[in-house]
Amino acid sequence: MHKFRRQKMLLVGALVLAGGLVSLQAAAADGGDPPENVSGKLLLTGGVSQIEGSAGGGLTPWALIGSYGTQGQFGANAFYTRVNVQDYHLDDAGAMFGIDNRVEFSVAQQRFDTQDVGAALGLGRGFTFTQNVIGVKVRLFGDAVLDQDSWVPQVSVGAQYKTNNQGTILHAIGAKSDRGTDYYISATKLFLSQSLLVDATLRYTKANQIGILGFGGDKNNNYQAEFEGSAAYLLSQNWAIGAEYRQKPNNLGIAKEDSWYDAFVAWAPNKHVSLTLAYADLGNIVIKNNQHGLYASMQVGF
Amino acid sequence: MYKTLPSILLLAAGLLAGTTISAQTAMQQAGSGAASDTYPAAPRDPALKPVFEEFGGKPGLVALMNDFMDNLMADPVTRPFFQNADREHIKAELVDQFCVILDGPCTYTGMDMTTAHRGMNVDHADFNALVEDLQKAMNKHDIPFRAQNKLLAKLAPMHRQIITKP
Repeated sequence: MHKFRRQKMLLVGALVLAGGLVSLQAAAADGGDPPENVSGKLLLTGGVSQIEGSAGGGLTPWALIGSYGTQGQFGANAFYTRVNVQDYHLDDAGAMFGIDNRVEFSVAQQRFDTQDVGAALGLGRGFTFTQNVIGVKVRLFGDAVLDQDSWVPQVSVGAQYKTNNQGTILHAIGAKSDRGTDYYISATKLFLSQSLLVDATLRYTKANQIGILGFGGDKNNNYQAEFEGSAAYLLSQNWAIGAEYRQKPNNLGIAKEDSWYDAFVAWAPNKHVSLTLAYADLGNIVIKNNQHGLYASMQVGF
Repeated sequence: MYKTLPSILLLAAGLLAGTTISAQTAMQQAGSGAASDTYPAAPRDPALKPVFEEFGGKPGLVALMNDFMDNLMADPVTRPFFQNADREHIKAELVDQFCVILDGPCTYTGMDMTTAHRGMNVDHADFNALVEDLQKAMNKHDIPFRAQNKLLAKLAPMHRQIITKP
C-alpha cells in the first residue's frame, strides 16, 4: 500500500507539473492572441521523452531540443512512461525545459520493480531500484527540419547524471558505483522528401541496464561507446511509426545484458499532448531472459 | 566526491565548448547567410511533376493560394507581414513559384527570397507559422501528406534567406 501511494503521488506530481506548465504558457498569453514566445516548432519536431528524460525517441536521445519552443522561445514538457515486461515493470516520470531551441534541461525518476524476481533473489517481492536522472543537452549546429538541401544533420551533445538509491545491493552484485554520468552525441535529420527521420547516437557510459543496476562492474569498469539508432516514418502530421535500437555494455558478471529494441507508434493530436505505444524487447535482465512487452508513454507540455 | 568532480568539470567544459561553438556558428550564419546564399527562389525539379498533378495543376495552386492567404491573414503571427501588402500580387507570384518548383509550365518572375523579405525581421516562429498556414491550406485541399512534404522540402532551405532574426 505504501508503494502504491508513492507511485500515485509520483503520477499526481507529474500531472500537477504538467498542469502548471500549461498554465504557465497560458499566463504568457497576451489578451486573446496566442503567446508569441512559445510553441513555434512544427508538430512532432520536438521529439518525445526518452526513458532517461531527454527529448528523443522512447529509448534514445535525439539531437532535437525538447519542447515546441523554437529560436527566441522556451517550452516545457512533462512525461510519464510505463514499461511492462514479463517479470518486471518500470515506472518513469520527469520533465524537461527547452530554451531558444539551443539548450535542454531535464529531470527524470525511474522506478524499476523486480516483482517476484526480488523474492527469488532474497531482496523481497517488489524490491525496487530508484534512479534519478538530471540531463542537459546543447545543440551544436544544424537544423534537422530546415536544412533540406544539405546532408548536414542537426548535432547535439548531452549528459545524463544518474544516481541510484540501492547502493548496498548494487555493490553486492558487483557494481562499482551507485552513480554515474552518461555522455552522448546525437545526429538527427528529417528527410522531408521521404517523410523519414533518422537518428544516430553515440553514448559513453558505464551504466548497467541504463543505471538501474549501478555503474561499472567486475567485468569492466571503463567508459565504453555504445551505439543507439532510431528511424521514424511520418504517416501524417499527427502520426509517426518507427523503430529504435540501443546497444548496452556488459560490465557485470552476474547479470548479462542485451541490446534493447523497440517498434513504436506516436500520436500527437496537438502541441500539448502526445502518446507513444511501443513493443519493447529488453533481452536478459538479471536472472530472467527474453524480457519483452509493452511500452506506453504520455507527454504533455508546450 | 573524487568521481563526481571530474564529471561535473567535464560537463561544464562540454557546455562551454558547446555554447562557444554554437555562438560562432550563429555569427557565421548571420554574417554570411542571406547575402551570399545562392538557393534559387524557384528551384525546378522534374522529379516533382507527379506532385504537380497531386496539387491539381495550376488551377489547384490558384485555389490553394487563396486559402493560404486567408490563413496567413487570420493567423495573428503572420498577419502583420501581409496586411499592408499587395496580397493579390503575392498570391500570383506564389502560384508561379510553386508551379516552377513542381515542374509545371510556368515562369517565376518575382523577387528573390532575400529581397522579398528584407527588413521584415522574420524569425523562426514567424517562418514556422507560415509553414503551418500552408499545411492547413494543403490539408483543406486534400493534398496527400507525402506530396506536401516533397514541396516543403524545396521550400525549407529558403529559411536562410528569409529568417533574418536568429
